[in-house]
This record gives sequence, C-alpha cells and structure tokens, in this order.
Amino acid sequence: MKIITCIKQVPDSEAKVKADSGRDALATVLKLTRTPDSEAKVKTDAGQVTWGDAPLVINPFDEYAVEGALQQKEAIDGSTVTALCIGPNSAKDVLKHALAMGADEAVLISDPALKEIDSVGAALILTVAIKKIGDADMVVFGRQTLDNGSGLTSAHVARILGLPLLGLAGQVKVQDGTVTIERVTEEDRQTISAKMPVVMSVVQSIGEPRYPSFMGIRKASKVNISVWSLGDLGIEAPAAIVTRTDLMNPLVDETKVEMIACETPEAIAEALVEKILAEKVL
Amino acid sequence: MKTFVYVDHFKGEIQPASWEAIGLGKTLGSVSAVVFGLGVDAIAKAAFEHGAGEVFVADDSSLEDFRAEPYASTLSVLASSQSPDLILFPITARTRELAAMCAVDLNTGVLTDITAVEIDGDKIIATRPIYEGKVLEKTVCSGKPVMVSIRARFFPKPEPDVSKSGTTTKVEVKSDALTTIEGYSASKSTVNLGDASVIISGGRGVSNNPSLTPPDDMEETDAEIWRAHQGFALIGDLADLLGGAVGASRAAVDGGYIPYAHQVGQTGKVVTPDLYIAAGISGAIQHLVGMRNAKVIVAINKDADAPIFSIARYGVVGDLFKVIPALTAEFKKKLEK
Repeated sequence: MKIITCIKQVPDSEAKVKADSGRDALATVLKLTRTPDSEAKVKTDAGQVTWGDAPLVINPFDEYAVEGALQQKEAIDGSTVTALCIGPNSAKDVLKHALAMGADEAVLISDPALKEIDSVGAALILTVAIKKIGDADMVVFGRQTLDNGSGLTSAHVARILGLPLLGLAGQVKVQDGTVTIERVTEEDRQTISAKMPVVMSVVQSIGEPRYPSFMGIRKASKVNISVWSLGDLGIEAPAAIVTRTDLMNPLVDETKVEMIACETPEAIAEALVEKILAEKVL
Repeated sequence: MKTFVYVDHFKGEIQPASWEAIGLGKTLGSVSAVVFGLGVDAIAKAAFEHGAGEVFVADDSSLEDFRAEPYASTLSVLASSQSPDLILFPITARTRELAAMCAVDLNTGVLTDITAVEIDGDKIIATRPIYEGKVLEKTVCSGKPVMVSIRARFFPKPEPDVSKSGTTTKVEVKSDALTTIEGYSASKSTVNLGDASVIISGGRGVSNNPSLTPPDDMEETDAEIWRAHQGFALIGDLADLLGGAVGASRAAVDGGYIPYAHQVGQTGKVVTPDLYIAAGISGAIQHLVGMRNAKVIVAINKDADAPIFSIARYGVVGDLFKVIPALTAEFKKKLEK
C-alpha cells in the first residue's frame, strides 16, 4: 500500500504571536515572542509569513497523521509512507521529523512564487504533487493546522481528486481494498468505509505519535529529501481567492485574578457564588 | 445581499448556531435557509420561525445521514442555479467538509471560524482568530458566492416566532456518495461544548480525591479512573444545576477519565462560554488556548502557582472535592430564591 501524509510546519504553541500596531500598507509585521526579552520578528510580506528565529515545529495535528500513516504501513506488508509538505527550505526539518518517526520518503514543495496561497490553492498544489508521486492508496492529513487552523485542506484535496473523504478518523482498518474508519465527531462515533484510494483526516484517538528513535534519526539524516518547484509540478502559483486584509491583536482582559480565600469550603462557595451572580453570566 | 444559510443538524437535532447564522444574514438582507436530510419538515418549519424568508429543502433517503459528497454536490447545484452572494454555515465537523467541497465546485473560498462580519460596499470582511487566537485576521473572499462559517455564540440568536411560515422549494438531489456508513455508536455522554454558555471542566486533579478508597482487587490504573469518575460526577452535578456542559483537559482525556468529545484546548474544542470553571486543571498553554476567551473564568486548584490562575477572574486555592459540592449546594440555595 502506498501512503502519502501531508504535513505542515508551524510556530510552536509556546510562541507568543502579536500583531504590530505600527503597520504599513505593504508589509504587516507580526512579532513572535518566546520570552519577553527575546523577540523574534515575524514578517508577512503579501501574505507570506516568515518566522525569524521563532521556534518552528511540525504541526501537532500532523504528528497524528504521520502516526496514523505509520500504523497502516506496519499493518500491511510492503507499504511505504511518503511525507509531503509545502513550505520554505526550513520546512525540511518537519519532513526529517516524519522520516525519523518512520516515513520512507519525503517531498518538499518550495518555490519563491508561493507568496500568497489560500487553502484551495494549497490543495491544488498538493493534488498535483500527489499525482506526481503517483499510485497513492491513502492520503492522510491532520485535522487542522495550528497556525491558520482552517481544517479545510483535506476536504478540498478529496474533492479535487474526486476521491472519498474519510474525515476525523480515530481508528483505521484496511481490508481487501476497503478502508474502514471510526469517525469521531461531537455527537457520536460513526463507522464509515470507502474503497481505496481515499483521503483521510485523523484525530488524536489514532494514538500518541511515536518519538523518533535514535535509529530513525540516523536514517532520516541519510534520506535525500526531494525538493520540487512549481516548474517541476508543471503549474503556476494558484491565485488566492481568500486573502488577508488586516491583522489585529485581540482585546486583552487585563483584570487580575481575585483570589477567594476563606476558612471553609462553604464560606468559599458563598463568596464565590455571590461574585459569579454579580457578573450576570448565568 | 442574497444570503443562504445552511441549517446544520445531526439526526434532526439542529445546531443552534444555524439560527445565529440566520440572524447575521438578516442584518445583511434577505435570507433563504437550506435544509438537507430525510424527513426534515420540522427543521424547515423551525427555519421559518427563526427568520428565513424561504427554505430550500432536499428531502431524500440518500441524504438521511450526512455524507460530504452528496451534500456538497446538492448544495453546489443549488448555489449554481440560485446565485446567492453569500452562504453562511454554523461551523461543525460536517459543515467544514461541506463548505470545503463546495468551494472547489464553485471555484470560490471559505472564510472559516468567523467571529465578526462587516460590510464595506459590496465586500464582506470577516474576522477570525488565527495562531490559536493569539492574533485576529480580517479576510475577504474574491469568489462568488462568498462562503462564511461562523463560530457558535458570536452572533445574536433571533427569537423564534411560531406564527412565521413561508414557501418551501424542493431541491434537486445529487446522490453521489463515495462512502458507506456502517453504523453508529452513540457516545454515552453527548456534549455540545461549542454552544454551552456554562462549562465546568475537570483535569488531572479530578482523580486525586484522597478520601476515596477503591475496591481492594482493583488495579492501579482502574482505581485512578474509578476515582476520576466520581470526581467528574461532582462536576456533572454542578454543570446540570447550571444548565451547562462538562469539559475536560487533555490530561483527563488521555487518562481515560472522560471521552475525547469533552476535551477543551488545542487538540480539542475551542470554547467561549459565559462562565468557565476549571477544576483540578493546572492550565497548560494547550488548554488555555481553548478557553481563554470565556467571559468569566473561575479556577479551582490545589497548587497556588498553577498557570490557570494567570487568566482566571476568580481563583480558589483548595480541594475541588470539597469546593465543587459546596458550590453546587450554594448555587442551589441562591438560584431557588
């Protein structure tokens, strides 16, 4: 079975992202701050974000995608996993992470022309790359990205390829060319199946992502990551239909915490309930 | 502006944010609701009552359960023939897939997880939180129709008026499903955190009640879960009393204390209730990004240095197993008055 998993590089959760109020018409400046005294500047130039020296990691949701892909590789002899990523050169790091976890091959799509892409544009590029890699039985996505968080790309890709979408898979089983998943939504769990090839998105019930092993890291360092330009894919940069017009900082609630300290739980409850009722939120 | 609102439901249970979407649509012009499923007359009726001027209905056995492909094809055909300027969706797992597929069909885009909408001439500018809510971005869509998925509880819900009715138009059904639904296993505790105005959440600390003695022959992991279930029962009592939902931190979900559907945070649900009570949750950043926009946050934790206190309005350093039942008793007393 041939599995492709699509992953993305994102700034770490711990990073403090702030929109700079002093912006101009051409470039909007984001500040990425790890600690108050070491500020990494993140710049968006026509929608393309660069991260400065902010810590960058594999999108945490995509680690589950890699884990889900590797589980299927282990379940079916002779399977391979190819990790696929759109990003700048630095995104090779997340591909190395996927390789170290156990992926066999990695492809980076990188092109200076990729300044401003939206989710449909990203999906278009991915589908061309998926076809170029060829013969995929299963394309695995994480549920969403941490940075943009739209969670749309897997469904775009399924639609463009005309393949079944098995969304939000918590468990996956492959038998006789049919993929059966347990779909995890708010309301319930559904068992859904489709004939391969399929596009899938996975959620965390798939299981904790494995840590890269020492052997895996050594192996990853030897794998040659293919880098494809848009020319290699034979396409132009897709025009963005969805664009950002502004960045703002959310209003910060500066209220300091008010500690309720009383002798007994009953006294605490009395004081706290009075405060909560005064907030008129019930 | 000609606006369609897709009314999302699960087995007839309507996602309340669908009505918030109708409310938003009515501030922009005329609203037509779109209802898909099998036996959905009651949903169409409710759509009129909540302000839809007309309702497009696809009522067909092939649409009994939500499946992205036939729902998207049916909606895309309808949108192509009716040419709305805007299609609004309440954001759910289903509509995320539905809108994403229609965007491909209709050569347009989706503005998703929207918390505010403004109109500039004929342009729709939508605001959404990104980078886990650390920054807000304003986005526009140059395609037509513009598709906007709204987060629950950010737009006012119209009051239903049962006297309202209108014309229902049948829609051509496209049955091009590529997946088969083999079965459902309804989770024991259904929860809708997105729409809850009150959420009481428990974390790792919920399993630490020292006054409980598990049965002798119980394994250690089972005993931990056994303790946690009793802790969550206390939280459930308070949630029931306040008409709220029970949430959980990832640690509690990973520990097997409570199903994933309850998880608040980065890999769970982002929530914005009016009142959020965090009990036995230390407040890892991954949890905070999921609940920090709640109106009033109350934290109860044994550890005075727990990060959760840094974003709370009110804090209690104490034993949740004593404080939560005391709160339930006190609320009962006050709310009965």
